[in-house]
Amino acid sequence: MQQSAFEQDAPIVALTDVAKHFGAVRALDGVDLEIRPGECLGLVGHNGAGKSTLVNVVNGGVAPTAGAVAFPASGAAAALSAGVRSVFQELSLCPNLTVAENLRISHAALKGPGWRRAARAEIGQSLDAVFPGHGIEADATVDILSIAERQMVEIAIGFADRGAEARLVILDEPTSSLDAGIAEQLMAHIRRFCEGGGAVIFISHMLGEIFAVASRILVMKDGKVVADRAAPDFTRQGLVDAMGHVAGDATHERGDQTRSLGEEVVHTPQGLSARRGEVVGLSGLAGHGQARALAQLYLGTTSSWRATGRPQMVFVAGDRTRDGILPLWSILRNASISILSETAKWGLVDREVETRNAEKWKRRIGIRTDDMNNPVLSLSGGNQQKVLFARALASSAPVVVMDDPMRGVDVGTKQDVYAMIRAEAASGRTFLWYSTETEEVCQCDRVFVFRNGRISAELTGAELTEERILEASFEMQEA
Amino acid sequence: MGQFLSRHRILLPVFSLAVLLAATFYMQPRAMSYFGINLLFNLAVPIALATVAQMMIMMVNDIDLSLGTFVSLVACVTATFLNDSPLLGVLILAALILTYAGMGAVIHALDLPAIVVTLGMSFVWGGLALFVLPSPGGTSPGWLRALMTVKPPLMPMAVVASILIALVTHFLIIRSGIGTVLRGVGGNARSVARAGWSVVRLKALAYGLSGLFGVLSGMALVGLTTSADANIALRYTLLSIAGVILGGGEFIGGKVSPVGAVIGALTLALAASFLSFMRLSPDWQIGAQGAILILVLTARLIFARRENATG
Repeated sequence: MQQSAFEQDAPIVALTDVAKHFGAVRALDGVDLEIRPGECLGLVGHNGAGKSTLVNVVNGGVAPTAGAVAFPASGAAAALSAGVRSVFQELSLCPNLTVAENLRISHAALKGPGWRRAARAEIGQSLDAVFPGHGIEADATVDILSIAERQMVEIAIGFADRGAEARLVILDEPTSSLDAGIAEQLMAHIRRFCEGGGAVIFISHMLGEIFAVASRILVMKDGKVVADRAAPDFTRQGLVDAMGHVAGDATHERGDQTRSLGEEVVHTPQGLSARRGEVVGLSGLAGHGQARALAQLYLGTTSSWRATGRPQMVFVAGDRTRDGILPLWSILRNASISILSETAKWGLVDREVETRNAEKWKRRIGIRTDDMNNPVLSLSGGNQQKVLFARALASSAPVVVMDDPMRGVDVGTKQDVYAMIRAEAASGRTFLWYSTETEEVCQCDRVFVFRNGRISAELTGAELTEERILEASFEMQEA
Repeated sequence: MGQFLSRHRILLPVFSLAVLLAATFYMQPRAMSYFGINLLFNLAVPIALATVAQMMIMMVNDIDLSLGTFVSLVACVTATFLNDSPLLGVLILAALILTYAGMGAVIHALDLPAIVVTLGMSFVWGGLALFVLPSPGGTSPGWLRALMTVKPPLMPMAVVASILIALVTHFLIIRSGIGTVLRGVGGNARSVARAGWSVVRLKALAYGLSGLFGVLSGMALVGLTTSADANIALRYTLLSIAGVILGGGEFIGGKVSPVGAVIGALTLALAASFLSFMRLSPDWQIGAQGAILILVLTARLIFARRENATG
């Protein structure tokens, strides 16, 4: 255990034998946990391991089925008054309000005349403290901010004063839409915050970040804590093994040496091109025009009045709730919508084909559910993403466009999907893949690096390294 | 930039009203007087209040299809009970507001679609209105009549009242803390709930405010017409929705503008007068009103597109 000055302090939150069941599913199965001031707890586990349920129990969003949650340090009965703050994975600001007004939602003590000025000052201060040089106006309406800026605002609200000191801040995938520089600022702030006696629960699928910031790491699997040790006691491989998925950096071998690519199937005026059977990566800092380039390409190809029934291109959304999931539909319907026009008979849906398709993809991609007719929202985030992959790959479209599809997906799922993409590419499908994770992009055959909405470099083969990509992302900025 | 964009939401409603007003004055220069303007906008006051009432509901992502019958019921109560036995009348009106608040709480707590509940309630309100006043009649209380026909210096009553309504609701909804939280419910109810607010109470508050403005609308209407009828304000349901939209509001997402809503109501009231000045046959008027609505919405869509392209 870590020896720190805060060791003897009472824990901020203490969970004793907490369990939470959703019907037959045991989301949490007897968890004991204490978090003391000064600790940064890295929480890892594959999707559906119970991480979200655990933090929801800690922050009071979910009442446990059994066990007790206490806040000894503050003596408070509820998480909010104990100084527990949460920053959630799915962006949870009110898009119609300004940045300062969003702070007002969670800081009820701001009232009376002049509350706006106080709110502006408070959020400005917090943003400055966490992300120096952020450039976000307190009076900007949230819906005109980029997804990264929204995430920054949300984090800043989590750390803001709000009348009472923040004791424990829960960050659920806080860096999923931030680029490396901003993420580094956040890491530095977390370290400062913990040195000052605060505590943080940090959930991330990027193991590098966990090692960079956590003082203690908690590994979860199937609703149980399988390992809980000080961070230096873990190795990267040990951590991945503890999560129960075999993954590693060794799977980097690329098939491009042996595989011959077909003719060019995609070409845009911007310079983006792809050949049959190729996996083309789009990289660069987040928000530099990659998503827009893909959207233009996709909408330009598929938005035709005369639909042919056989789509030329399919799209895998990264922003699931906005572009992907049909929230009221079942898993089966969500997965099969892409094949309806191909399999329909006399304009009617062929139920049998639909069911067979769903079963096939449930097996192939490993969607964790006992019944494909369950509503899609019953799945965890990573599994919802698998449904979106299934939807795209089930169609016969020769080109698959992916807009940062691995956002918030666990390591094991990623490995499964990488393998599937490889296999599909080998059989002649073309992938255009935007990713914020350089590691992923390095698996592509060819990579276009974007900078300020333009392609700044095209890398293939041996040039395709993390250093070269970073170089190209920043190159023009230096000039 | 953000400042400019949020301001330019209000520009379009202001512009539409200005264009329509200019066209009206061009057609009928005599309307450009204290008396003329009062006549043009007189009936806009209850419509503006009804539009604000509708806006309170649309602010929390719901829609109220019972507003027209509710205003009619209030008008009937005002012309009978409030005139004959003021205390009983006030109690009835207060009970109506509380019922509205309760309706909001029930809609949220049971997760019912507001469109169905309010449609159902519209028959209840309509029935009660007929029960209170089976045939057109009743009398406006004297003080209410006096209030609605007051002649303030400089500006006619209708204009003063509209400005007053816009200012009060702007402070209530846009400037105040609780108004901000209410708009937050429309934007992202989950995040408001997570911050420790009771969304049921907030929705009840929004509906209660809607009921309050609905009551004010019915009273203003009786003050102008001096008598009531169970069907007096049926068209207010659609007029109020159109007013909110014309004023820059949206059906979902908590994007509303009280000032815009009042301007939208004025525009709709003016559109009717304008079409009469054009000597358009009444058969065509409703269609022409619809055409004006489509025109404004098209302009807004173009604005929004451009906003997206540059934002």
